[in-house]
Amino acid sequence: MSTHRDRLRQAMGDKVQFVQGDDACAYGAILAGCTFFAGYPITPATEVAERMAELLPKIGGCYIQMEDEIASMGAIVGASWTGVKTMTATSGPGFSLMQENLGYAIMTETPCVIVNVQRSGPSTGQPTLGAYGDMMQARWGTHGDHEIIMLCPASVQEAMELTIVAFNLAEAYRTPVLVFIDGELGHMRERLVIPEDDEFELVERTCATSREGYRPFAAGEDLVPPFAPFGAGFRTYVTGLTHNEAGLPRSASAPIHDQLVRRLADKILRNTDQIIRYEEFGAEQCEIAIIAYGITARACRDVVEEGRQRGLKVGLLRLITIWPFPDEVVAKWATRVQAILVPEMNLGQIVHPIREAVAGRCPVMLQSKIGGELHTPTEVIDALEELRCQVC
Amino acid sequence: MSGLLKLKTAAELRQIYLRHEMFPTIFCDGCGLGNVLNYTLWALDELQLDLDRTVFVSGIGCSSRLSGYVNADGMHTTHGRALAFASGIKAAQPDLNVIVFTGDGDGSGIGGNHLLHTIRRNMDLTVILVNNFTYGMTGGQAAPTTPIDSFSTTTPYGNIEYPLDICALAQTLGAPYVARWMINQPYPPIKSIAQGIQKRGFALIEMLVPCPTAYGRRNGLKQLETIWQWYRDHTILIDDYEHIMHFGSPDERAALHDKIKIGIFQDCERESFEARWAALVEQVKL
Ligand SMILES: Cc1ncc(C[n+]2csc(CCOP(=O)(O)OP(=O)(O)O)c2C)c(N)n1
Ligand code: SF4
Ligand SMILES: [Mg+2]
Repeated sequence: MSTHRDRLRQAMGDKVQFVQGDDACAYGAILAGCTFFAGYPITPATEVAERMAELLPKIGGCYIQMEDEIASMGAIVGASWTGVKTMTATSGPGFSLMQENLGYAIMTETPCVIVNVQRSGPSTGQPTLGAYGDMMQARWGTHGDHEIIMLCPASVQEAMELTIVAFNLAEAYRTPVLVFIDGELGHMRERLVIPEDDEFELVERTCATSREGYRPFAAGEDLVPPFAPFGAGFRTYVTGLTHNEAGLPRSASAPIHDQLVRRLADKILRNTDQIIRYEEFGAEQCEIAIIAYGITARACRDVVEEGRQRGLKVGLLRLITIWPFPDEVVAKWATRVQAILVPEMNLGQIVHPIREAVAGRCPVMLQSKIGGELHTPTEVIDALEELRCQVC
Repeated sequence: MSGLLKLKTAAELRQIYLRHEMFPTIFCDGCGLGNVLNYTLWALDELQLDLDRTVFVSGIGCSSRLSGYVNADGMHTTHGRALAFASGIKAAQPDLNVIVFTGDGDGSGIGGNHLLHTIRRNMDLTVILVNNFTYGMTGGQAAPTTPIDSFSTTTPYGNIEYPLDICALAQTLGAPYVARWMINQPYPPIKSIAQGIQKRGFALIEMLVPCPTAYGRRNGLKQLETIWQWYRDHTILIDDYEHIMHFGSPDERAALHDKIKIGIFQDCERESFEARWAALVEQVKL
């Protein structure tokens, strides 16, 4: 008799595959235990939905193609309240449409995962080409005060691994989590090794145990309220209005709003050590640093080696968690180096929190590239040389 | 369902079915939303529906506040999107009864596209759509349902747009259950809500509800008497309508032109999304 986990593996197929980043996100979701996907087609994210449509019925889950991305986001939030793990995937225009319901997920503490395979904008832009133009929209796109968690993989393998992590963080903190890749990574094929179950961790949301005196939005010291799924007799009222710990609307109360919105932010901000991930290369004896993320960081890894061979003392801080922003890590680098280069596939987005964290300790230079082409190692090295001339 | 409804008193119903901490309601004096809540409770009671296994979903608006007053799981979502959230709940957990409260603005204005596709998909939801001809909660702006020539804060010179017949739309789209009732008679809507809940597929019950504050005040419909008279003058039972259309004189037929039809427009069977998905899973599951 095969177990459910066996069936997942059987559905995905070979342990080693040559697949796209989009497929890897779908595999990560399946491995994490996602059984519900709602989506709407959009280049370059469509393959995530196509993969989920193929896999979910095989494992007894549910795929539903909605009429737009607003509905997709609504459906995954609704489904999550029945206690299942849910995901949607989109690109820029669709992510724009999701903003209101993303805020609803934050306010109602609904675990769910949103994959954004970014393409350039504004508007329809360049549908088939990669970009990183939604980095700030992810942070501030939905209205009101809030924190968000966002992970940025740099390879197909990592897209799968970080999708699993995204589900874990969503479950642990009862909040939506974003996985941001781009059209290049989404459509690029690479070797992917599907891990065994004992090679990764799975986190499940903490569930309420007793209906007696249960208050659905009362949190303990970890600031995350225990979850009671719909249909379990807890009779929870969920609202996007400012609510008290019982879940009842209290939209005119300043103290209740203050307490609620600060707790929602703090449950993420107090756990940055659990959430923030990054990678460092050549951190020792480093004069000039590159801070990069996503697919751009791949070229930069080559730059570290090549630059060092050329006598450039260069290091790389690869950001994996973008939000909450790793200010302390960036600040630490800023104290050790003479200048920082920030290559981005946009007109400058993450350079802003970097400058804020660096706080004038050293110059920070943006190397923008838009139009769909990636930074080449040579371009980055040239920019580093220029930066060295300026500061050294 | 038994032919005769054995109704509990309003006080008994309140005791059993309401989320007492939510009271008093936000509704104005003379608002018809309380009646819709009452009729829903009677229908729940008639069916002896398990409230532990029932979720009430709504969007945003006065009518969308109804979900909070029933003592069951409830989800007060974003404006216009109740059907999207409800579809997610129902698709993920088909065993749950999912009942949606929405407004004319919520359900057919901003949420019109979701209405269209949720019916097309035939999600097994019971949708109680309150039509008060206006965006009530925001103070009475023109809605897709606002009658032609009537006044609202955004049609100060009279409404020039044609109103939407929500039931006709639902019927065309193939919703297995479609009905429209006024609130002046309790029994037909109670029966329809119960039938809608029992229907395996999309059920729409549109309730014509007076909003004396936001709509009525600008259209001479503030007093109870005038309100009821207006509804009597402007509505016609579907059977009477059909009869006159078949056998009436040209004048009699012409007089029906502006009337709102009342009654059960559609009651048929059509396999739901959930049933079809379950069958598909049965086929391809490993
Ligand atoms: C996205 C968005 N747009 C606008 C609003 C403002 N708004 C709140 S309720 C409402 C109208 C509700 O009308 P209806 O659904 O007919 O409900 P009623 O109050 O009439 O019962 C509007 C426009 C909102 N909350 N969200
Ligand atoms: S504004 Fe109209 S619909 Fe809203 S509570 Fe008052 S009377 Fe009812
Ligand atoms: Mg209305």
